[in-house]
Amino acid sequence: MTTDQSTQSASDSASAPTEGADVPVLEVRGLGRQFGSVQALQDVNVSLRAGEVTCVVGDNGAGKSVFIKMLCGLIRPSEGEILLDGVATEFSSPRQARAQGIVAVYQDLALAPMMSLWRNFFMGGEPVKGWWIFQRFDVGYAKEAMQRELEKLGVNLGDPDRAAHTLSGGERQGLAIARAMYYGARVLILDEPTSALGVRQSGAVLRLIRRAAQRGTAVVLVTPKPQHAFWVGDRFLVFQRGRLVEDRRSETLTLESLSYLMAGGGEVDELETAIATA
Amino acid sequence: MSRWQIPALGKAGPWVQTAVLRPELGSLVAAVLLLMFFSIASSGAMLEIPTLARVLDTAWPYGIIAVAVGLLMISGEFDLSTGVMVGTAGALLGVMATEWGMNLWLALLLSLLICLALGLWNGVLVVWTGLPSFVITLGTFFGLRGANVALSKYFTGDALIENIDDAAGYDSLHAIVATVFGTAPSDFRISLLWWGGFTLIATWILWRTKIGNWIFATGGDREAARAVGVPVNGTKIGLFMLTAGAAWFVGVSNAVRYTSVQAGQGVGAEFFYIIAAVVGGCAMSGGRGSAIGPAIGALIWGIAFVGIPHAGWNSDWRWAFYGVLLLLATLINHIVGERVRTARSG
Repeated sequence: MTTDQSTQSASDSASAPTEGADVPVLEVRGLGRQFGSVQALQDVNVSLRAGEVTCVVGDNGAGKSVFIKMLCGLIRPSEGEILLDGVATEFSSPRQARAQGIVAVYQDLALAPMMSLWRNFFMGGEPVKGWWIFQRFDVGYAKEAMQRELEKLGVNLGDPDRAAHTLSGGERQGLAIARAMYYGARVLILDEPTSALGVRQSGAVLRLIRRAAQRGTAVVLVTPKPQHAFWVGDRFLVFQRGRLVEDRRSETLTLESLSYLMAGGGEVDELETAIATA
Repeated sequence: MSRWQIPALGKAGPWVQTAVLRPELGSLVAAVLLLMFFSIASSGAMLEIPTLARVLDTAWPYGIIAVAVGLLMISGEFDLSTGVMVGTAGALLGVMATEWGMNLWLALLLSLLICLALGLWNGVLVVWTGLPSFVITLGTFFGLRGANVALSKYFTGDALIENIDDAAGYDSLHAIVATVFGTAPSDFRISLLWWGGFTLIATWILWRTKIGNWIFATGGDREAARAVGVPVNGTKIGLFMLTAGAAWFVGVSNAVRYTSVQAGQGVGAEFFYIIAAVVGGCAMSGGRGSAIGPAIGALIWGIAFVGIPHAGWNSDWRWAFYGVLLLLATLINHIVGERVRTARSG
């Protein structure tokens, strides 16, 4: 491009609003969901920015899983709207959300145990070469592209022909996250990725999450462990009884205050007064 | 959990890895050992050309269908209607050619379409109802078993359809599906080439195409596959049509070769295809297997079928032999699967 410097930057900011951190990748306004007469979640307003790790914390039944399920298209909201790059959207299925760059990685990681790593990596999105009936799975490219993606995240899984069942829990997370990144995840939703892992493997997965965020992905992390959330999170959303009660940045928190919030925050105080006055 | 547990054999070692990646290896070793065993037991007669010709001629019909049944098994499903479908294909071809005076090539095409439609029926019912394919295809099995004989009696007045060689187009069709190379008893049918070619193409599809990845994924973890966009239902329906198509090929080949069709033929053979696939290393629970394995499994049947009488034993022992082989192969598959499962949760 040989355009003048000033017009260049002006047109950039006009045509690519996602550039700065001004327009969030994903925004929800007044989001809520009812199941019959039960209000599982109500009036949630959040914006997710590229390059940030947003931790979603709260008790069981606080509404955090309903929240992420709505983000990835598994549950439809009954109130409010979801905006992708500032434009209102509706996802009728996880597949549709995935096509728009919103990918969820669940605890059971959608890996077929007896298939090799590269076969798993490209499951459902196999790269092909050749023409008509000679069209074939581009195995060379598949192995190479997988290794490249894994290297970018700093993951080494060894032989790509290994069967997936030989991976450790942390390695499995690494493969699933790398797969999501390969398919262009702009919003990566991770549901308790460290819940079944030991300390060392958890550390590796958390580093991986940081690296994914550094590459410009908006990461949403659900975790019950304050230490993990504190180490990796830029922002913390605390859910309680179907409401978003706290939206805090990491600078405003210590590990202690985060643990306090995650343990129920105000509820703990309430409980203490209730016990004291009983 | 009162289920019987396989005793622990230590942590999943490299042998599990090998068994997962090369599932046909065990059957290859078994085939070689059996051939050696029967050679010794028959004082070398087993390795003479006419004997080997008989082994191959016994094995090929089982081989062609077992390869298709193996692919279906990898996707996690069964087809019990394949044996009787052989009779259906032959009877259809025979009735069309001898009773309706149809050109054999046209009859060939029409019988193929009908068999594929029956495979489609199996597949769609399995996918729609979610019932076990064992039950759905058992229903098709009984339906066809009755229809084959009843319809052939209705049209020809007999369960035996004869004189297919009088129909137009017989010579050209015979050249393609039943040509003989060499002179009896050292004769080899062109069917062996079809068997080999079909096995190679199936291997290629399984290991080197998108569809092959879908087959493994469908049987390996159906929900995972669906979640990442694999057309699980389409894959299954396609494979039911493939098993029906394989049965059709064997049915019409035999009809042309023998120039007559027993409408009741093929009943009971469905188990041999399944056994050949399992012996060839395909996991009954899906997700693991190969195309070459079932072909070797069928070869083992051929070796035993010819070898047992050559060794001077009562040929009734064939059945017992195959029963033992099935049990052993299933047990080995189960142990491998169990290793994989425990390694996964650990």
